[in-house]
Amino acid sequence: MQTVQSKELQAKTLHAEASTTPVQKRDQRLQWFWVLVMLGLLVVALGLSVAFGARVVSLNDIYNGLSGQLETISEAAVANRIPRTFLAGFAGAALGLSGAAMQGVTRNPLADPGLLGINSGSALAVVIGVAWVGINTETAYIWYAIVGAAITAVCVYAIASLGRGGATPLKLALAGAATAAALSAFATAIILPRNDIAGLVRSWQMGGVGGATFEQIRVVWPFLLFGLATVLLSARRLNMLALGDEAAAGLGENAARTRGIAAIGAIFLCGVTTAVCGPIAFVGLVVPHMARLLIGPDYRWILPFSALCGAVLLIVADVVGRLVVRPSELDVAVVTAFIGAPVFIWIVRRKKVAAL
Amino acid sequence: MNRTVSSSAVSASWVAAKRAERMRRYWLKLCGLLVLLVAGFLITLGYGKTSIPLGTILRVLSGEAVPGASFTILDLRLPRALVSICAGLCFGFGGVAFQTMLRNPLASPDIIGISSGASTAAVFAIIVLSMSGPAVSLIAVVAGLAVALMIYLLSWRNGVAGARLVLVGIGISAMLFSTTTYLLAHAPAWSLQEATRWLTGSVNGAQIEQCLTLLFALLVFGGLILGQSRALDTLRMGDDVAASLGVRLARTRLIIVIAAVGLIAFATAVAGPVAFVAFLAGPIAGRLFGQNTSVLLPSALVGATLVLFGDFAGQFLLPARYPVGIVTGILGAPYLLYLVIRDNKSGGSL
Repeated sequence: MQTVQSKELQAKTLHAEASTTPVQKRDQRLQWFWVLVMLGLLVVALGLSVAFGARVVSLNDIYNGLSGQLETISEAAVANRIPRTFLAGFAGAALGLSGAAMQGVTRNPLADPGLLGINSGSALAVVIGVAWVGINTETAYIWYAIVGAAITAVCVYAIASLGRGGATPLKLALAGAATAAALSAFATAIILPRNDIAGLVRSWQMGGVGGATFEQIRVVWPFLLFGLATVLLSARRLNMLALGDEAAAGLGENAARTRGIAAIGAIFLCGVTTAVCGPIAFVGLVVPHMARLLIGPDYRWILPFSALCGAVLLIVADVVGRLVVRPSELDVAVVTAFIGAPVFIWIVRRKKVAAL
Repeated sequence: MNRTVSSSAVSASWVAAKRAERMRRYWLKLCGLLVLLVAGFLITLGYGKTSIPLGTILRVLSGEAVPGASFTILDLRLPRALVSICAGLCFGFGGVAFQTMLRNPLASPDIIGISSGASTAAVFAIIVLSMSGPAVSLIAVVAGLAVALMIYLLSWRNGVAGARLVLVGIGISAMLFSTTTYLLAHAPAWSLQEATRWLTGSVNGAQIEQCLTLLFALLVFGGLILGQSRALDTLRMGDDVAASLGVRLARTRLIIVIAAVGLIAFATAVAGPVAFVAFLAGPIAGRLFGQNTSVLLPSALVGATLVLFGDFAGQFLLPARYPVGIVTGILGAPYLLYLVIRDNKSGGSL
């Protein structure tokens, strides 16, 4: 007769033993390799983001702009790119992490804050706050967005869970699409007669990191940190969840509590991002799949790697957006949609219909 | 022996009587819908900032020139009402054809991305290429067909499974929607009204010429669909049964897809992607007429009613003036969720 505690101990020792076998060692080396590659890509992306943009600047301008001299427009342009790059990086990391957590919680390869309608919920909440309550501080936007995201996530998941099979990918996607359409219509209905808040429309309709300021980043920091910590600490538990609810329960895991904690973290992350940048879709979908391909199914690796990949993806998407239609810009959400939709379709094609 | 013969004779005529009664009920309900539509039409002509009595409306419509009322009706209200009806007919017809062919209410053109294709192309033509009129409609139709083909090909893997089709459609729809939003957000003459028209649908500024385009589409594509109505009916029993009953599957599917996409694309080019009408017309008609009857014509009428009444509600029954797309979006979305829930509870049909 074994107690729950000794079962956990057994699982832990098994895990520890397993991690020292030769096959595991080789896998671990591969994992570290990819992490280093991604870190390198991040540095490259940071450089690209500062150097390239809608305005062509010279190396001298870059150097001057980075060191704080703001005499010419070019140098100012470079200086403006710095907070923008940081915001893109943080937003990308948040979205990547959020998507990975959602996919872990729902055990669903198609989970993504945009596709599940959660971004629309955040956007609607912010619109309601601005139009009916009159909020106007960044922190207030963020809180409203988080509450909106939470309510939407619960509703969509509940709707999709009804009936046979629980929340299958198809039912989640459909419930998400329907909810997104409904909430967008509501948001438009609220904004349409209000000329005074028409400026909000752009940020609600199109996700982008243009016009980022260090002030925004300062406000966003604590929320990101909370979300990050909550999600990363659930990594081991998400591994157990991936084995299935019964197996997880057998290992002494409270599936509902794990789901709840990881989901709260994921919601914080995507709510914050939507509040500051607007709705950006597909990052949370694409990045975890890339992570799984490169680094394996262990959530303790997938989660941090997703954050890293998400940051790289969004920074690169922002750079592409600035270059493709010079001298104007493509908002980041458009670029991620064009990158993400083909990947989404590829994922859908890869899996058998039954597994969907 | 005598008894068996006479009882089978009785049951044959009993079946015939039942069928006749069903047909009677069908035509009765259809006429009821028609009456509702005509009543709505007259109401939208009569009600507004200035109320015009029924007698005057009829006189103006019959060609008499009544000072004041003639302008209001002929120039302001009639085009809007007619375009609403025609666009609604197109949406309803195209939507139900798709849903019947794919045997799935959730596989409607506006959910699987065909409306997005048509509206993105229309927006592109209007904003980037500065076109207008029938040329825009043509581009929208071509784009709609191209997107339909792309979705079909991308979801083809040893045949097309409904689930994959819907998912691929959702992905493509997201991509196109973001393009439309971007084009509208950065358009040279940005106006929220114009943007909303192309994102959710509106019949503001409708013109009689647009009606003619829609009627043409209804005649050509609607005719094609009606021509295939027997095949569509048989398709409802499943591919294998239909094939064994002599339905040429590939040919029927091709004709239906072209016709339905054509209808939706024309209507979208005129009124924008009016949210949910194509999706809801079929299921609503199904509930009114019973699940086992063919609802091609009723769905068209339901679509027309939805757009007409939706526009009327958007103009007069809400605290502010809203385009029809917002009204159908807000009313339609909960119904869509209800259908998804009901579909899920009953085991799902995908």
